[in-house]
Amino acid sequence: MSAVFQVEKLQKSFGGLAVTQDVSITMQPGDRVALIGPNGAGKTTFVNLVTGHLKPDAGKVMLGGEDVTAQGPTRRVRQGLVRSFQVTRLFSEMTPEEHIAIAILQRTGRSGRVFGNFHAMPDVMKETDALLATLGLDHIATRKVSEIAYGQQRLLEIALALALKPKVLLLDEPAAGVPQSDTPRIEAALAGLPPDLAVLMIEHDMDLVFRFAKRVIVLAAGAIIFDGSPQDVTSDARVREAYLGNYANASPAA
Amino acid sequence: MAAIETSAAAKPETARPNWLLRDLTGLAIILIVAVIGYFLFPNNLALLTRILGIALLVLSLDLVTGYCGVATLGHAALFGAGAYASGIAAVHFGITDPIAMVGVGAIGGAVAGLLSGIVILRGHGLAQLVLSIAVIHLFHEAANKASSYTGGSDGLAGISPDPVFGLFGFDLWGRTAYGFGVALLVIVFILLRFLVRSPFGMLCRGIREDPIRVSAMGASVQGTLIKMYVISGAVAGVGGALNAISTQVVGLDSLSFTTSAEALVMLVLGGTGSLYGALIGTVTFMWFEDVVSAANPFHWLTIVGALLIAVVLFAPKGLYGTAASLLDRYRGRS
Amino acid sequence: MQTVLSVGVDALAYGMVLFVISIGLSVTMGLMRVVNLAHGAFAMIGGYIASYAARDLGLGYGLAILIAVAGTILIAIPIERFLYRRIYGAPELTQVLMTIGITFCVIGIANYVFGPTLKTIPLPETLRGPVDLGFRSIAAHKLFAIACGVVVAGALWYLIERTSFGVKLRASVDNAAMAASLGVRTKIVYAVSFAVAVGLAAFGGIVGAELLPIEPYYALRYMVTFLVVVSVGGAGSIPGALLACLVLGAIDTTGRYLVPEYGEFFFYLAVIAIVCVFPRGLLGRNK
Repeated sequence: MSAVFQVEKLQKSFGGLAVTQDVSITMQPGDRVALIGPNGAGKTTFVNLVTGHLKPDAGKVMLGGEDVTAQGPTRRVRQGLVRSFQVTRLFSEMTPEEHIAIAILQRTGRSGRVFGNFHAMPDVMKETDALLATLGLDHIATRKVSEIAYGQQRLLEIALALALKPKVLLLDEPAAGVPQSDTPRIEAALAGLPPDLAVLMIEHDMDLVFRFAKRVIVLAAGAIIFDGSPQDVTSDARVREAYLGNYANASPAA
Repeated sequence: MAAIETSAAAKPETARPNWLLRDLTGLAIILIVAVIGYFLFPNNLALLTRILGIALLVLSLDLVTGYCGVATLGHAALFGAGAYASGIAAVHFGITDPIAMVGVGAIGGAVAGLLSGIVILRGHGLAQLVLSIAVIHLFHEAANKASSYTGGSDGLAGISPDPVFGLFGFDLWGRTAYGFGVALLVIVFILLRFLVRSPFGMLCRGIREDPIRVSAMGASVQGTLIKMYVISGAVAGVGGALNAISTQVVGLDSLSFTTSAEALVMLVLGGTGSLYGALIGTVTFMWFEDVVSAANPFHWLTIVGALLIAVVLFAPKGLYGTAASLLDRYRGRS
Repeated sequence: MQTVLSVGVDALAYGMVLFVISIGLSVTMGLMRVVNLAHGAFAMIGGYIASYAARDLGLGYGLAILIAVAGTILIAIPIERFLYRRIYGAPELTQVLMTIGITFCVIGIANYVFGPTLKTIPLPETLRGPVDLGFRSIAAHKLFAIACGVVVAGALWYLIERTSFGVKLRASVDNAAMAASLGVRTKIVYAVSFAVAVGLAAFGGIVGAELLPIEPYYALRYMVTFLVVVSVGGAGSIPGALLACLVLGAIDTTGRYLVPEYGEFFFYLAVIAIVCVFPRGLLGRNK
């Protein structure tokens, strides 16, 4: 088995309310998986269990074959499990160039250096320029993040994750809040993600899910109710019930 | 699927600020002001040297408050630790070479920085503030009680440093002390310019803006902040040592809450997050203090209070920050 | 046994005085999210006015308390209106600076007007002597301070749990924006709470004057103590503040009794330990 990411029978409850029940997911390098589910399905809890911000009551999180359940969030990032944020979290006073440089320096173990400057490190500059160019952010590389458009900030969020060279990327609603006119650029960026990277995307926008994902997982009331191809998800009876409730049976006729 | 390759447009090099030129200009200004001070106030070099020591404290505070976003009212603990360390080394252990004393001061400050950093960084918000106040009181009490070493409330007297390099004795007019102080400040300032632009400095600025984002990049927020606290402690310790060497006594006031609060006032007056702001704030405040307390010592505290309120209301970015943004706007228009 | 009892009574009296002074700070910090370092300054102002009224004007103790509380609130109203309102919702550092500025000003002015010496508030005859409880006699003013603490706690509990103002106050503490959209005029709630907080601080400053003597540096000296109460108790929590005051009162009094030389040392060490162990306060809510 060459699974790069695996969660096994993950369980978590808050005061008797089971918010994650027996969740198991296996991902191979290059997988493009979308995780969807109605509000309150436990997606946020799941993300926090995977990133290590919450401890599961039972179950395992495995990364590249290694059990990381006991490790904290920063250790998991260093092992290659990287996430992006649903609400942009960037350093508003810094430039895109500096963002990427910090990430590269961190990845290569140089972020603690008290001398020198990344402008004088050819490898860092080269990688930064290349990454920003890939995402079409090169023309604003030295502007303050607070001055660039929200769509560009979302792209920078993706670039920042990529600069850490992850094995597994958790994308939390990458297109949230982006104006319609900018979504093609986000989609292009997603299409251009490294082919061997395993991507788990949490998303509401079904158009984006259908275009991006090769596999869809539906979470409802903390449990996985569907795991299969995007073609089958809309016709699945349990998915219909989870989303449409009692109207599920009535609507096909309509 | 292959990554989209867009050819990178050539970036105009002018977009990146020319730091070397700016730093050399800044350094030149500091030296010119120092020389002007020497000739303008030849009888008041003791005050000028005191300003230099406090400037090091304020620079050190800027590192944790301005660059890392840690609100602390206990930073004089680091300054006082440096002062006592070098003073005790001179009085009790016969280490009277001024450069060695500065080294001992820096180590003392760094150790105090490590200890208070570990405590203060345990909390956030109100808890952090309370911890910082408790730390400074604790240091104050400790120095007060360990009177066999520190002289207690009488202060630690009898510090007599050797001549610098065996050549320049500490004279009655304080010329050597002033020159020594200017040299220390310039060296520290240059080192700090490197520090704030280094990868580490960048990481710290990131933590100030969003610690959660920094930890999501796999960096240890706590570890980085502690490291900055140790560096900050060394800087404050150098300031404390300078103060001990030039005044030849160390008093409990160097470890007081009031000194901590005043350092914060100076920093905010000048502008947080900028080394120039820290220097401008210190000089302005100390000069102002000298003038006002000579005229009417009774109202000093009232005026500091009023000054603080005025800064918060009318110049929240501080003198340097406000001037810089005015200049930016002027440039943007022209 | 005798000493345990007398330390216990001292601790209780001290804790109750702390409670009366700090509870207002706790409520306003929970409500307006302002780190108010100037709270002790209002307690000090109350003490000064009471001392002036009782000692220099020769008024009765009760009347002096009334005048002092009212006077302190009068002084605080313009300060709230012109200074505090500017910093609601501002970054912590801004709030710290503004309120330290206010504290420094108050100290400077008090020093100028009243001089650097300690000011006493003459107690009425009935509070001066010891009270015989049958098995033990206790200083009357300590019993009075304890009684004041109990009455304040009870009155606050009634105000917050049983009146319509209390409902609005609790709603505003929980979620100010939501409360405002439900028709609660939060500005008025803020102003009234601030006035009550300042009035209580003044009241506490007066009844506690025997334990925390009134002098110009009062506002700085006890600044950390009051903040610690809020931090340890959890901002906005009355039971939390009460518990914190009793715990801190016990630690401080026991420390002073057992190791008088290192009393303060002991106290600050305990503060650091408590804040480190309970960063959100003993009864603070997770937010």
